[in-house]
Amino acid sequence: MRRVGVAAAAKAGAHQSGGSCVQALVELQDVTFGYGAAPVLEKIDLHLHSGQFAALVGPSGAGKTSLLKLILGSLRPTRGEIRIDGRALNGRPAPQVGYVPQLETVDWNFPVTVAQVVLMGRTRQSGWWPWPTKADRRVLATLLDSLEIGQLAERHIRDLSGGQQQRVFLARALIAKPDLLVLDEPTTGVDMRTAENVLHMLAGLNRQGMTILMTTHDLNAAAAHVPWVVCLNRRIIAQGRPEDVFNVATLNETYQADMLVIHQDGLLLVQQRPHHHTYHDVLPNPILGHVAA
Amino acid sequence: MLTTLLEPFQFEFFRNGTIAAVLVGGLCGLIGVYIVLRGMSYIGHGLSHAIFGGAVVSFVMAWNFYVGAGLWGFVAAVLINQTVRRTKIGADAAIGVITTASFAIGVALISRYRRFTRSFDAALFGNILGVTPQDVWMVAGVTVLVTVIIFFFYKQLLFTTFDAEVAQVYGVQTQWVDTMFALLLAAALIVSMQILGVTLIAAALVIPAITARLMTDSFDRMVLASTLIGALTGLIGMYLSYYVDVASGATIVLLQATLFGLVLTVTSLQKRASQRLLHTHV
Repeated sequence: MRRVGVAAAAKAGAHQSGGSCVQALVELQDVTFGYGAAPVLEKIDLHLHSGQFAALVGPSGAGKTSLLKLILGSLRPTRGEIRIDGRALNGRPAPQVGYVPQLETVDWNFPVTVAQVVLMGRTRQSGWWPWPTKADRRVLATLLDSLEIGQLAERHIRDLSGGQQQRVFLARALIAKPDLLVLDEPTTGVDMRTAENVLHMLAGLNRQGMTILMTTHDLNAAAAHVPWVVCLNRRIIAQGRPEDVFNVATLNETYQADMLVIHQDGLLLVQQRPHHHTYHDVLPNPILGHVAA
Repeated sequence: MLTTLLEPFQFEFFRNGTIAAVLVGGLCGLIGVYIVLRGMSYIGHGLSHAIFGGAVVSFVMAWNFYVGAGLWGFVAAVLINQTVRRTKIGADAAIGVITTASFAIGVALISRYRRFTRSFDAALFGNILGVTPQDVWMVAGVTVLVTVIIFFFYKQLLFTTFDAEVAQVYGVQTQWVDTMFALLLAAALIVSMQILGVTLIAAALVIPAITARLMTDSFDRMVLASTLIGALTGLIGMYLSYYVDVASGATIVLLQATLFGLVLTVTSLQKRASQRLLHTHV
């Protein structure tokens, strides 16, 4: 694994946590995990400091979501140890972690309003009564207003735009005042402008001291908005600042593809180098009879 | 006029049956919300068959019916949950295998020990008019128990039903919630079986919930509406069955199905009208 710009990140971490000493909020030591015999993740060593904002990048099947689920305590590693705020998880749910799942996994026809979804995040804190308390309502109103969705509280979740839906699930994660925010592909399935807004919002939260770990397929957005990236493909290939890590060698190794990195007007742009595939390169066997004919 | 209208209530069997039908209707309506939203509509049908197997085993082993059948239903429900959680097998297939095998045990025992002194017709087709005051107390007890538990675990049940995996991340003990729900479902099915019968329970669980779902997008209102629909159709169905001289369980289910058809028609027309209105404005 290549570690690039650690000092810069440590400095950024110290700065983001208000100048105090850098504390590892998330620690993964020699973590290996697999659903069957073949490991999905191998020998993962990852430290995420308080106040850090990091993105996990890698191709589909690289183990990004599995790594998030290990950190959340939904999955148990087959080897190694995971500590959150110094405490070993041992298969228990991680304390003080807010989680935003992929929007595609949400049942949008489920009969719930925005307020009901957001208040689910306070299930652990609130009492036994089925209805929200005054304190619940107060916290809910403040949070929804701060995310500019205050007027949508009683709307059904299906009747929202992609950006509003993302804010609702972000609000559910934030309502319990977590120390760590974990997001699974928050920019997937939304248009470019919404993705940009979501990342701006996350950067704003990070400036307020929130530690954030997200997965993304959008390398350009990660390069522009996220100060620390981790390249993953079953193992950690490299981690560091995007300008240090996003180079052709690292990205080729991560994606097992021919990647192109362009520096333009102070921006870092990443693109897979286009290939001129023939039909038979992509589909060696004919699928439709008339194509073969 | 009033005397004619109240005529059926002068009979004790009818009063007992009506109270039981209202309670069972409401109980199935309440539990049905969680079943429908979990995409496990078939579980009512399957588990009631499983419990039938348990009822026959209880009889053969000379166990108390409620304890034996209840335990059997609970184990079957937990087995289904665990099979779905721990394997690649879907809920429909797990329900199919576990409950049909359980039903088959009951059928096998009946065919093996042919000299039964007890008829299992009531368990299969229900017998509302044969409900005793003890049965009514049993139904009332289970209804109160289920309502109280759902009331105090409302938030945990809602989150687990909406997204069990994420609920676990947020500290909800979803395994425990699932086990508790399986116990409640088994208890509800056992007290409903004597009244509605194995063959009609599934409908009483599913129809009020899907009718309520068509009427509202709010979970709270769906819970309330489904419970009320179940209880009211229980009352009206019982009353109608007296005059039309049709089996009470079948009358209740047919009434629920008619109401579902009506609500489906009205909501479809409303949706079409609002789409037309939107189209003319664009």
